[in-house]
Amino acid sequence: MSTTSKSTPATASGEQPKAEGGDQDLGAAGSQLSTAPAEEAPNLPSLGVIGWTRWFWRQLTSMRVALILLLLVSLGAIPGSLIPQDGIDAVKVEEFRANHDLLAPVYDKLGLFHVYSSVWFSAIYILLFVSLIGCIVPRTWQFVGQLRGRPPRAPRRLDRLPAYTTWRTGAEPEEVREAARKLLRRRRFRVEAAGDAVAAEKGYLREAGNLAFHIALIVLLTAFAWGQLFKYEGNKLILEGDGFSNTLTQYDDFKSGNLFDADDDLTPFSFTLKDFHGTYEATGPNRGTPRIYEAKVTYTEGAEGTEKSKTIEVNKPLHIDGSKVYLVSHGYAPILTVKDAKGDVVMDKQAVALLPLDGNVTSSGAVKVMDGYRNAKGEKEQLGFNAFFLPTYGGTGSGMQSTFPALVNPMLALSAYHGDLGVDAGIPQSVYQLDKTNLKEFKDSDGKLFKQQLKVGDTMTLPNGAGSVTFNGVQEWAGFQVTQQPGSGWALGGAVVAIFGLAGSLFVQRRRVWVRAVRGADGVTVVEMAGLGRSESAKVPEELGDLAGVLYDQAPPAPDGPENDDTPDTPDTPDTHVVPAEGAEK
Amino acid sequence: MTLAAATELATATNEHLANVSNTLIYSAMAVYTLAFFAHIAEWLFGSRSKVGRTAAALTADVAGKSASGPPVTVRKAGGTAVLERPAVVVRSGFRDVPDGPGAHGGTEKGDLYGRIAIALTVLAFALEAGGVLARALSVKRAPWGNMYEFNITFTTVAVGVYLVLLALKKNIRWLGLPLATTVLLDLGLAVTVLYTASDQLVPALHSYWLYIHVSTAIFCGAVFYVGAVGTILYLFKDNFENKLASGGTPGRFASSVLDRLPAAASLDKFAYRVNAAVFPLWTFTIIAGAIWAGDAWGRYWGWDPKETWSFITWVAYACYLHARATAGWKGRKAAYLALVAFGCWLFNYYGVNIFVSGKHSYADVGLGVLQSAGF
Repeated sequence: MSTTSKSTPATASGEQPKAEGGDQDLGAAGSQLSTAPAEEAPNLPSLGVIGWTRWFWRQLTSMRVALILLLLVSLGAIPGSLIPQDGIDAVKVEEFRANHDLLAPVYDKLGLFHVYSSVWFSAIYILLFVSLIGCIVPRTWQFVGQLRGRPPRAPRRLDRLPAYTTWRTGAEPEEVREAARKLLRRRRFRVEAAGDAVAAEKGYLREAGNLAFHIALIVLLTAFAWGQLFKYEGNKLILEGDGFSNTLTQYDDFKSGNLFDADDDLTPFSFTLKDFHGTYEATGPNRGTPRIYEAKVTYTEGAEGTEKSKTIEVNKPLHIDGSKVYLVSHGYAPILTVKDAKGDVVMDKQAVALLPLDGNVTSSGAVKVMDGYRNAKGEKEQLGFNAFFLPTYGGTGSGMQSTFPALVNPMLALSAYHGDLGVDAGIPQSVYQLDKTNLKEFKDSDGKLFKQQLKVGDTMTLPNGAGSVTFNGVQEWAGFQVTQQPGSGWALGGAVVAIFGLAGSLFVQRRRVWVRAVRGADGVTVVEMAGLGRSESAKVPEELGDLAGVLYDQAPPAPDGPENDDTPDTPDTPDTHVVPAEGAEK
Repeated sequence: MTLAAATELATATNEHLANVSNTLIYSAMAVYTLAFFAHIAEWLFGSRSKVGRTAAALTADVAGKSASGPPVTVRKAGGTAVLERPAVVVRSGFRDVPDGPGAHGGTEKGDLYGRIAIALTVLAFALEAGGVLARALSVKRAPWGNMYEFNITFTTVAVGVYLVLLALKKNIRWLGLPLATTVLLDLGLAVTVLYTASDQLVPALHSYWLYIHVSTAIFCGAVFYVGAVGTILYLFKDNFENKLASGGTPGRFASSVLDRLPAAASLDKFAYRVNAAVFPLWTFTIIAGAIWAGDAWGRYWGWDPKETWSFITWVAYACYLHARATAGWKGRKAAYLALVAFGCWLFNYYGVNIFVSGKHSYADVGLGVLQSAGF
């Protein structure tokens, strides 16, 4: 090795190198520029269980299979976005089931109503996961090895590398090598002087970023999966003045992960909604736009904690020991008093929450009088009202739509029914809707459904002495969502690391530079420089040119004439071109 | 001044701004149309040149290989002329096809029309950007509340990316005609089908994440689009080069057009760089969205259709990036993956908004959709 490398490039290029030898040189120099596994030709597995296992493992951790699994994940995610999902909108799933007698059972079998927790989707991502880990672990070890190792020695034939330059200088070879070493150090290369050449490598951040990205992805996905298993999410609508304590029975609706245990995992706390406050843009094109929504609450951590005050805003949830309480909605609840035929109060100044329909909080819902009501004949009956509420009524002829979200001119419209509300049948029904199957309309004098518009303080007298309804006032309510998803912090950390890792792995180029300086046959020093990148890039020759330029100044060209026969030749293959090829043709 | 009068004035100003915005957008469309015709002229005049560089290079290449000729000696003129820096010899693994001369085909007239087209594009860009700005001022919020606003911003950014690359002296003039065409189509769609009057929308979430998440989403889309055009042209050009290399004769039209484009390798590299450069930003967009969702909806990931499709898009681009590093997938197969990935992005933008309902449906209700979630 030492003798061949000391031969001048001129003589080296004169002989036709054995293709094999040259390739091996380049191969060693180009090795371990990344830790990517070499693509193997498909091999017939050796017999036996271990052989098959090894084969299977190799396949699973190969780039090709990882790629296919990635494709499958994206394909598998598609149906979940097009078919209604249980976890997102259970009502839509029910609708779909009702409308598709044939498809629904098939979808059920395939788990298409809960794609993201289905067996087949899980199988794909778990395989991908295993493949990822199986790829990352050995690559990490390899990378650690590379970090502890030194840049590989200069290949014998530098001129076969993707970027190459050479010149003759009057400086001593040792001086040139020392200058090169210093220069490369300054440029933050890892430098290793070996024999007649200096080897340098840079851009380890690429592989580090790549590994960091994939590891961060594993952390992110694990944290997400963990969160999914142990999360819970519940909604509760609370009237001003009312309270809530975090137990299962108190929720309007509640969802939780598979491993969530409501007895142990519900954070004990309670809070009371003191006041809800909303302000709106009063003028301009954005009239009606919410400016402030805030819910003033007092809360207690644990079973017996001290009471604290806090204002919950949109995007500013209340954090209690891993649980978050979000303010997610608000609306109005007209306060009503209902008297029966005899004039007995059967509903006393009760606030009935209505659901908002639009940005100006036009609201609708139902008022249900379940117990205690007797009609004009003295029979037990139930009353139902469809309620429509406008916080700001535009006046007669302006339509049944609120014109502003705040309580400027509240108006309540009620249409009245009597009979059986169907609440005793044991079938759960919405508190915001009337089940009219067993209800009869109250009729007005024209024989139409009896309805009336009420201002605050107004009383509506039901036809035929059936009783009355008084609109006493309006209370506000706020909707809260209580969630807990453990592992969010880990997921966020993973995400941030993933972005930086990704940037490193995509924007940093790993490359090697070699500088060889030897005394030629005529005693003049010949400097050779070569660069090699992990992928072909214009930056490698650019950087090499730049480095060469600096070194060129420190080791200026020998003053011998151009006719000198020792001028190094570039051995050539047809796909070589010279940039810039000054004086190439004389 | 009474309050009512002040309100009226404010409303009038905003309506005025909205009208200004519309006028600017229409003017931009007119100028883009002119730019489109100038590009057509550039291509037409360019077709008069009969360069046939690709064919020459590829046939010479074949000849060179068969002859495996004597080594070429490159000598440097040392001594007499001191070089600033030594020459660097570059060995390329690619087929050594030179980049085409560009749409103008090296003709003076073609080049003139090309320059006119670029000047017009700059003007149209300025008009359109003004239109977007006026729109934003008229509604006093980021102009990303509905698909119309999204579309006009998207095309502005796509043209902006193109102009910045041009200003950086990148070889990207070939993008001019396809870009002008699609921008016109997109704007046409925006002003006809998607147009939404500049009216009040609930800026439902008073969150700076709107600016971060939506702006990066638009930017990523514009860059992915530029990458996709590069990929499509790469596929054509690669086909063309393969045909030439295997001794075939492509059609006259194909030869005339494709010969003027950059080499397949250059187009491929361009598409890769563009996609790879913006991929981390796309990752960031998704994560920013997740953080916002965590603040606003109580969960950072809930498989909402928009979330799902941004994930699918992400995975598809990840596939593409991996494929480029995998033997047997490089080149055309990877390019197809890139197109699939861009298709996913497009579907995420148009398809999900129009056909799938979810928390992100700005197609009809703007950001007011968050009403459904409460606000």
